Amino acid sequence: MSENVKELTLENFNSEVIESDTPVLVDFWAEWCGPCRVIAPVVDEIATEYLQKVKVGKLNVDNHNQVASQYGVRSIPALLIFKNGAVANQIVGAVPKNKITEILDSVI
Amino acid sequence: MNRKVIIIGSGPAGLTAALYTARANLNPLVFEGNQPGGQLTITTDVENYPGFPEGIMGPELMEKFRTQATRFGAECHFKHVTKVDFNTRPFKVWVGNDTFTSDSIIIATGASAKMLGLESEKELMGYGVSACATCDGFFFKDKKVLIVGGGDTAMEEATYLTKFASEVKIVHRRDEFRASKIMVERAMNNDKISVIWNSSIKEIMGSKENGVHGVLLENSKDKSTVEEKCDGVFMAIGHKPNTDLFADILDSDNTGYLITKEGSTATNIDGVYACGDVQDHLYRQAVTAAGSGCMSAIDAERYLEAL
Repeated sequence: MSENVKELTLENFNSEVIESDTPVLVDFWAEWCGPCRVIAPVVDEIATEYLQKVKVGKLNVDNHNQVASQYGVRSIPALLIFKNGAVANQIVGAVPKNKITEILDSVI
Repeated sequence: MNRKVIIIGSGPAGLTAALYTARANLNPLVFEGNQPGGQLTITTDVENYPGFPEGIMGPELMEKFRTQATRFGAECHFKHVTKVDFNTRPFKVWVGNDTFTSDSIIIATGASAKMLGLESEKELMGYGVSACATCDGFFFKDKKVLIVGGGDTAMEEATYLTKFASEVKIVHRRDEFRASKIMVERAMNNDKISVIWNSSIKEIMGSKENGVHGVLLENSKDKSTVEEKCDGVFMAIGHKPNTDLFADILDSDNTGYLITKEGSTATNIDGVYACGDVQDHLYRQAVTAAGSGCMSAIDAERYLEAL
């Protein structure tokens, strides 16, 4: 995991995501999820390229399923984009990077 | 830069073709598509790939395939091809607005899970509708789910889903399963699994916000409809080849599978080869896909030598 990616938990979700001044891209993932492995390096790259503009975090659904169910995540990988404390857009499934940045650009 | 070989797809067929063409110094460019690693990346244990006596996880096996191909110089990109032109030489391949050219093409785009074709199904995909029990089953702990289908995949996924769900109902449009006996027995011996016979789904009810809450079922005999409550719907109604890119360009059979010349992987266009599930509706195994990927690489190599 890149140093620009924040590990999110049930405990820090509020302070890191909901109360964040910048938009946050949250990657919901799990060890057993093949497509999550595919998308992980892409998420790392985005974290570096959007540094200062977008905060990027990863949430392990095995450890923090409460957060996943709170936001209705029923399939992973799921990328939820939070802006001003609310979900502004979301992407389900592993998609190429340009798809993610396209949606991210439209939100920020 | 014009390439010698472009490979479209990155499952066992595509990556084996990449390995062989890389070792032949053809410097292959691989477009991995929307699902790098292919269908095995959404499975768990692979127990029938030779050389792994203890079994291996699907995603891990595909990482090994990729590492082996790149070790010899294959270039793999997580990009999805959007258009092709095989009427000109060199052949043209587009990824969005970027154009790539190549003297030969190996198609290994594989197959994807078939869907029912309902608007509501498309809308709720990833929000309670799924085509992959091993990916999404986790999110249905103590929930009631339906699985649609009657083949081995449906039986296997129904059994798998009982690890999480409190109740699994198999919805099948006929009054008997085409799945193998052992798979049917395993499913039927599970207390959490029951079957709704002679029925098909007409509509899936729910929203992106709150997920799925039920389906409308139609009885295939008397056409009566009934609502069935559930929290998730899993599709296991077979596969279709990913050949949309090649419609009207390459010969395919009436179910969409690309046709290759007997005993080779040649398509109807010289220099364009097809391997793996995209041209195989009979065997559809990782090892047969890998085998045909190797054949494509050798076919392409010979074609390039003769140019």
